[in-house]
Amino acid sequence: MSAVRAALQSNFVYRFLGDPVAMVSAGVLLLFVLGAALAPWIAPQNPYDPLQIDIMDSEIPPVWQAEGEARFVFGTDAQGRDMLSTILYGTGISLTIGVFAVLLQGLIGVTIGLISGYYGGRVDGFFMRLADIQLSFSTLMVAIIVLAVFQAAFGVGLYEELAIIMLILVIGIAEWPQYARTVRANVLAEKEKEYVDAARVIGLSRLRIMFRHILPNTLSPILVISTVQVANAIVAEAALSFLGLGMPVTKPSLGSLIRAGFEFIFSGTWWITIIPSIVLIVLILAINLLGDWLRDVLNPRLYKET
Amino acid sequence: MDTLAFLIRRLGQAVVVMLVISVIGFSIQDNLGDPLRELVGQAVSEAERQALRDEMGLNDPFVLRFGRFLAGAVQGDLGTSYFFKRPALEVILDKFPATFELVLAASLIIVLVSVPLGVFCAIRPNGWVTQAIMGFSIVGISIPVFLTAIFLIYIFSIELGWLPSFGRGQTVTLGWWTTGLLTRDGLAHLVLPAIALSSIMLPLFIRLIRGEMMEVLRTEYVRFAWAKGLSSRRVWFVHAFKNTLLPVITVGGVQIGTLIAYTILTETVFQWPGMGFLFLEAVNRVDTPLIIAYIIVVGLIFVVTNTVVDLVYTLVNPMVKITGRAA
Repeated sequence: MSAVRAALQSNFVYRFLGDPVAMVSAGVLLLFVLGAALAPWIAPQNPYDPLQIDIMDSEIPPVWQAEGEARFVFGTDAQGRDMLSTILYGTGISLTIGVFAVLLQGLIGVTIGLISGYYGGRVDGFFMRLADIQLSFSTLMVAIIVLAVFQAAFGVGLYEELAIIMLILVIGIAEWPQYARTVRANVLAEKEKEYVDAARVIGLSRLRIMFRHILPNTLSPILVISTVQVANAIVAEAALSFLGLGMPVTKPSLGSLIRAGFEFIFSGTWWITIIPSIVLIVLILAINLLGDWLRDVLNPRLYKET
Repeated sequence: MDTLAFLIRRLGQAVVVMLVISVIGFSIQDNLGDPLRELVGQAVSEAERQALRDEMGLNDPFVLRFGRFLAGAVQGDLGTSYFFKRPALEVILDKFPATFELVLAASLIIVLVSVPLGVFCAIRPNGWVTQAIMGFSIVGISIPVFLTAIFLIYIFSIELGWLPSFGRGQTVTLGWWTTGLLTRDGLAHLVLPAIALSSIMLPLFIRLIRGEMMEVLRTEYVRFAWAKGLSSRRVWFVHAFKNTLLPVITVGGVQIGTLIAYTILTETVFQWPGMGFLFLEAVNRVDTPLIIAYIIVVGLIFVVTNTVVDLVYTLVNPMVKITGRAA
């Protein structure tokens, strides 16, 4: 219990409770996560189950419009799927891809950053140059080209089954330099401190010093960039799906929902595109605002572009 | 002399990166699709196929085939598009003016809007206007470029009916360059796509210019300029602003690459007949030569802009550490 009390009295919680923007953002984010996680229980309809979908229900406007129906709060799409349900499920897919892609980025980036910063010299030079080159080709460009080539090679059918894994891998691998640079910058500073010397004198192995002693002291910048990276990964996924290189319409993420609705925007059925778009923007905004707040509170040493 | 050595090393690096890109391009060509099937169809016997393969050199060792690919590429021969039945490079270059004009218009908007706003936010860091601009910028960063595009179309084309939502409109041909900048219709078509494309970079540049400017305003020489009794306009724009430009140039150069990536999204939403739109069509048609031509052309643009930016940076700033920067 004392741990809980200590946590409640900490500066972190105090500043959180004093900042309405942070609290609202966290609340909105929590709502999204819960909604997505509980989608199978709370969604009015299972959009993956063809038996629950009736094509006769297609293109019904949201409930606040004249022809809206109470059954479908946000209306239905061209296939007669309930928009609210597809959005709940879609948010889940978007969040899953975002979080796993960032975990992969972190795994690769933190490891390389630790090694690069701790060993220095040629190893460092090699990895940092690799990071420079990779960053100079924009992530989105690399992702578009890699996915386009795989889609052409696999054929659309097989690709749709593998899409979620491909998206996580591509977004995960493309952005490791962000973590590597930040972690490296922190390792360079930590390496000079006395506790590291002490650990070295005791005769601990390099791996142990890197992962057990230095890594815990670089956690706050990792946390800060992780929030922004999750937002970026979700945006990247949405963009790729919008281009038709991501999740298929049968198992839509927010991006593929927007893509599927876009062709109807000119015929007056705006809600199929606009509602998932607004959901996506609110989600990204909540994560970014939370990230901004975290950066202000933790004030870590971040990699600065020069 | 140092600069010359740097120049040579930098060009060497650019060549290496281009070589890597062409290896990637070639291995895609090698593994994706069968050129023979595109040529003769299914009705040819296996023995004839093998003979044809030998004749076309498809059974040669990798290095030989890559050498031939490279020799062709250097001379501008990147194969023939399966769909258009024309040289792939020619098809791509036909679309280049559309993409270029879009990027140009977007860059112009970015510079004209972000410089005054960024400087203003730095000079009056606590005013409500600054708070509003900074607030807008975080909202702006959170809206993906294709959504900005969709909302622009929804508001200005569908609801208000002020501006066209797709295509380039009327264009004028000047030699091999088709431009939409000289007709009213062409310009009207350019407005929404250019705003959409610039929207993603604007917040970034406003924040960047503001940050750099605030840092410069705290330096000794600016304080000295104030002490000398110079007018505030002179201090801000002649002394301070000039020195915020360096980092802005570097980041700007790097962002041109990102901007090209975003043209794919913008062109898709607005059906803008540029290279990005063409590329996605090529992907859907599995038009391998066109895919590779796009990768190589875009790779070349990336490498050239990055190299030029680095060179400009070294010329403008003699203090720059000229080792340890890569393509």
